[in-house]
Amino acid sequence: MPQKISLRIDGELIHTAAGQSILDAAKAHNKFIPALCHMKGLSSVGACRLCIVEVAGVGRLLPACTTPVQDGMSVTTQSDKLRRYRRIALELLFAERNHVCAVCVSNGFCELQGLAKRLGVTNVRYPYTYPKVPIDLTHPRYTADQNRCILCSRCVRVCAEVEGAHVWEISGRGVGSRLVCELNRSWGESTNCTSCGKCVQSCPTGAIAEKGFAVEEMSKRTDPISRLATLRAAGSDNKPGVIL
Amino acid sequence: MPPTITINHVTRIEGHARIDIHLNDLGKVASTQFHVTQFRGFEKFTEGRPYYEMPAITARICGICPVSHLLASVKACDAIMAVQIPEPAALLRELLHCAQFVQSHALSFFHLSAPDLLLGFDSDPALRNIVGLIEKHPEAARDGIALRKFGQQAIERMAGERIHPSWTVPGGVNKPLSADARDHILTGLPIAKSIIRRTLKNFKAMLDDFPAESAAFGNMPTAYAGLSGLDGEFKIYDGALRFIDNTAKPLATVARPLDYSKYIGEATMPDSYLKAPYFKPLGYPEGIYRVGPLGRLNVAARMGTPEADGELEEYRQRLGRIVQSSFFYHYARLIEALYGVERMEELLSEPLITDTHIRADAGVNANQGVGIIEAPRGVLIHHYKVDDNGSITWANLIVATGHNNLALNHSIRQVAEQFVDGAQLKEGAVNRVSAVVRAYDPCLSCSTHAYGGPAVNLRLWSPQGELVDSWPRPE
Ligand code: SF4
Ligand code: SF4
Ligand code: FES
Repeated sequence: MPQKISLRIDGELIHTAAGQSILDAAKAHNKFIPALCHMKGLSSVGACRLCIVEVAGVGRLLPACTTPVQDGMSVTTQSDKLRRYRRIALELLFAERNHVCAVCVSNGFCELQGLAKRLGVTNVRYPYTYPKVPIDLTHPRYTADQNRCILCSRCVRVCAEVEGAHVWEISGRGVGSRLVCELNRSWGESTNCTSCGKCVQSCPTGAIAEKGFAVEEMSKRTDPISRLATLRAAGSDNKPGVIL
Repeated sequence: MPPTITINHVTRIEGHARIDIHLNDLGKVASTQFHVTQFRGFEKFTEGRPYYEMPAITARICGICPVSHLLASVKACDAIMAVQIPEPAALLRELLHCAQFVQSHALSFFHLSAPDLLLGFDSDPALRNIVGLIEKHPEAARDGIALRKFGQQAIERMAGERIHPSWTVPGGVNKPLSADARDHILTGLPIAKSIIRRTLKNFKAMLDDFPAESAAFGNMPTAYAGLSGLDGEFKIYDGALRFIDNTAKPLATVARPLDYSKYIGEATMPDSYLKAPYFKPLGYPEGIYRVGPLGRLNVAARMGTPEADGELEEYRQRLGRIVQSSFFYHYARLIEALYGVERMEELLSEPLITDTHIRADAGVNANQGVGIIEAPRGVLIHHYKVDDNGSITWANLIVATGHNNLALNHSIRQVAEQFVDGAQLKEGAVNRVSAVVRAYDPCLSCSTHAYGGPAVNLRLWSPQGELVDSWPRPE
């Protein structure tokens, strides 16, 4: 039985199990913290920095997805400062690649776009970098267009942790980071890819998509994958009668 | 030094253009040049994208007739997939296209050209616009707005709640037409039809008021090109591309879209972003041809809908089998709008129009595809090449204004010779030069999508052959 702890989130006293992240605890109590790289059922990596929160007594902002709750903690999820920093994080994501929503397959279904809307990002104050990045169309069923990639690594994790194929990696550093398939092959040459489509469904943007889906057609579903991952974590994988 | 008169910003056209008129020592027009100064570059930046994104990307070329690019593009994609799209999808695409013809022609006629026609070419320029039209001829202005709205609302009904650029997709369309939407569009048809009938009647009554304009607005023999069906009937969504000469003699029929390049050559003009296509068998620049309403009506044997057929007959009785003055683009446009509304009615009465077989699925089955349709302004060609993964390796777009480029230049020259005299420009003359450009309803933002052509390069020469000025200026 995990230890019970108490903390305050936005002033509200919350009793919860130790070992949980601030993000999960907040969600369980209907508090909204924006998150992009986090996906339920996958490990957390703290890549996007959208879930930053203030913790009393800590001098810097902490990502809610990778910070575990602690007894007596006092967390603030909404403040002018947080809103400002989250906005900056989003704007930098847009400036870093070529996001042209109007002609994107995921227009209208994109988590990045959705968050930008929700957080009131109406313009980007940083100069766009317009990088020339690869579009991989070699897979028979899927496409990987790094113009739309935000390096959240959800595809990397879902493939490694849930499918067990570990096709994706992120190579390079900083703005030079790129998604790579196996040892930098084209996706079509991958020997590990099972074509399960989990990375397609997990990618929050239009970066990984199904072939032939025209602009504004690529909607995605992460819950079946999250459920599968959660059941596995609970040790119920392959149990007869478990409906995923 | 003989002066050069520059008319900057031809108004009431879509896009930006500049015209240079060179005068000789006698103060008469020596030559004219039409420049397109906008620059877009679609062919270049679509390289590497999956082909099925092309419809939505190229639809962004033009805010006035995105539907034309969508349709040319999806047809090119159908060809890459090597599919024949389901019949309901073909009907729906044609319906969408007709609606867009109606709205685009309404815009061209009422908003852009009616001020000249109804208020007069020499009327006060401050009022010679849609606002002045509303004041002087409120019925015409109202008709124009209502007709455009009819077309636009029909498009919205078809494509969903809002304008949905991806309703037309490679292989068909992505949502069937509901019976409700069909009925709703049908209820608007009678009013749209009566507006066009009324406008045609008024326009015909005015025909004799513009003898000078109809004589000099690009009144010249050229070849013509347009789509038509098996029996030569007028077509805008499918049909074969045909060329005829100035006596209606057939010059060529492009049976397979891919063969277009055997018949159409593209010359690059040193002083414009707009390429100049020409009919290859006749060479450059003899292969000048015109597209758009005038060209289409010249090419068509008949319209194929009852009222438009009657109007075509009358049009030919008045002006001859081949109508060669570009002034009559307006007249032809109205007949086409009538066809558009009639054809919409036919299509909406097809039982298959609400059928749900609307999309064929396939991957890359050909490494190139060509889509040809009639945009409101004329023949529109999209040609893509892809690798086996469907990645665009090359694209070529020939737009209506491009086809008309040579004719447009000739027409400008003709108008300038007639109306420009001496080193002083009179407003009426400036307006007529601009008006002949508007007669073609050129869409300049579409036509300069190409990338990698010559940069803007303006040079002024005196009759003695001295370079008087150049642009860009040397540092
Ligand atoms: S991935 Fe999202 S944000 Fe990026 S272009 Fe597509 S819809 Fe826009
Ligand atoms: S491809 Fe998609 S899931 Fe993978 S890192 Fe990029 S944005 Fe994230
Ligand atoms: S969701 Fe926490 S850093 Fe991305």
